[in-house]
Amino acid sequence: MSNSLWTDALHRLKKNKLALLGASFLILELMIFFLIPVLARLGYEAQDLELTFAAPSPVHWFGTDSLGRDLFSRVIFGGRISLTVGLLASLVSALVGVVYGSLSGFLGGKIDNSMMRIVDVLYALPFIFLVIILMVYFGRNFILLFVALGLTQWLTMARIVRGQVLSLRHKEFIEAANSLGLRQRDIVLKHLIPNTLGPVIVYLTLTVPSVILEEAFLSYLGLGIQAPLASWGTLIKEGVDVMDLAPWTLFFPAFFLSATLFSLNFLGDGLRDALDPKGARD
Amino acid sequence: MGSTYVLKRLAIMVPIFFLVVTLVFFMIRFAPGGPFSSEKSVSPAILKNLEAKYHMDEPLLSQYVRYWKDLFRGDLGPSFKHANRSVNEIIEEALPISLELGLLSLTWAVLIGVSAGGLAALKPNTVYDYVPMAFSILGICLPTFVVGPVLVLVFGLWLQWLPVAGWETWQDRVLPSLTLGFAYAAYISRLTRGGLIEIRGQEFIRTARAKGLTEKEILIKHSLRGGLLPVVSYLGPALAGIITGALVTETIFNIPGLGRFFIESAVNRDYTVVMGTSLLYFTLIFVCNFLVDIVYAVLDPRVKYV
Repeated sequence: MSNSLWTDALHRLKKNKLALLGASFLILELMIFFLIPVLARLGYEAQDLELTFAAPSPVHWFGTDSLGRDLFSRVIFGGRISLTVGLLASLVSALVGVVYGSLSGFLGGKIDNSMMRIVDVLYALPFIFLVIILMVYFGRNFILLFVALGLTQWLTMARIVRGQVLSLRHKEFIEAANSLGLRQRDIVLKHLIPNTLGPVIVYLTLTVPSVILEEAFLSYLGLGIQAPLASWGTLIKEGVDVMDLAPWTLFFPAFFLSATLFSLNFLGDGLRDALDPKGARD
Repeated sequence: MGSTYVLKRLAIMVPIFFLVVTLVFFMIRFAPGGPFSSEKSVSPAILKNLEAKYHMDEPLLSQYVRYWKDLFRGDLGPSFKHANRSVNEIIEEALPISLELGLLSLTWAVLIGVSAGGLAALKPNTVYDYVPMAFSILGICLPTFVVGPVLVLVFGLWLQWLPVAGWETWQDRVLPSLTLGFAYAAYISRLTRGGLIEIRGQEFIRTARAKGLTEKEILIKHSLRGGLLPVVSYLGPALAGIITGALVTETIFNIPGLGRFFIESAVNRDYTVVMGTSLLYFTLIFVCNFLVDIVYAVLDPRVKYV
């Protein structure tokens, strides 16, 4: 389906330097993560006890940590976990948000009203505190972690999708489709959903970094990913504990986490401006 | 008109409050382990006494009812882990510390953010614009738990200008509040710049310029009020973020505030302290958002809450 909306958007995106920078960094990073078996000759758990706190060198590109583990491998494996949690949790939030929002917008009237009131009420809940309690008491396992984080993020997605569906329902092209006798299912699948996709993708791109940040936050406090696994949050925590001895153990994971957050945020902003030129900001 | 809005907002708080109390209460009770399970050499008899003392031998539902009854009297119960201390006492001690940290951080955020953003908006596309905006990108992308340790490393350990832990002297306050306020200063500077540049295109500003006012006078007398609206509406989420961010900041700098008690009690399964601090956090966030909305309505005459 060649759609001028998407070609135009791509064209506009290409002019946004920060978004392009972000996109290139992400592509590079993902390529490195997929090439792990080739690049990270040393496993993220392999120890060389003769070589603890080694500074960055040709052998250990990012140096080693307190247990003599290769930091380059650990940053890559940690990044894989951070990104996986970020993506999975965002997908959970998108799934819940899109279903809830489109139902609310599609059903309309009183049901819509009460469904949105519930969202208003939930907005006031400090979810991160509930997630902390959940993680402490119900084991710090991976699945619980990304489901819980995803469930803290779906509210905005639901609002966005509902707004889209509401405004689209009465547009001329939907009326035209109706009067042409298209089935409801086709209208929803071929006309409504493709038109909500833009904002959904934009918001999804912006959800990933906030989930990654929340996961790192929890892991930093020791409540997220548990050893032997490590995420960027746990690596940063390990780095902070020994930063006066080996500053690189803090620097590398912190750099990758921050650069990833930067890239995703600016790519998301760029996508928003590209897909919605009217709403383009400074 | 205004009062119905206030009443509506307060009314919505009742079900949320009920929800939070119920959720947190049952979440921590249904979880495996208990406040006394980590104590090694406790004989069954002592354990029984302990449980009786804290009413843990009663059925869960009657404990729940008891919690509500105490709550209505303003009593958050005794701490399970801090011997002879009530949750009220712990909060009385920790809350002022956390409030001070939060307010200091917010002050930094607004001071630095508005002046950097204002500077950038006065001279857009010059060095005065690029440098603050580059810093603001850094501020948005660097999480608190990276900024804090880096400041500690540079100003505490290498230069030795400032202390790295504690909450006694004014020097102790500098690094934690800067750490916590940095990200919000960054965001506020972008909002300020955007708001001020947008409002400059409006007709009443052109009129002011035609009257012969200088750029500085226009900025202070005419642009700031409207241009700062996005900043004001951001203060709600910012305050909520500062309150959560304090969890990490208090841990990094070893500050005996609410955040540390919350984390510590969550890990120790100190039921009443977890409940008390969660409820307090929830109330704080609610009150902050509420105040911000009211300030917004006062600043923007177009906003009418019906």
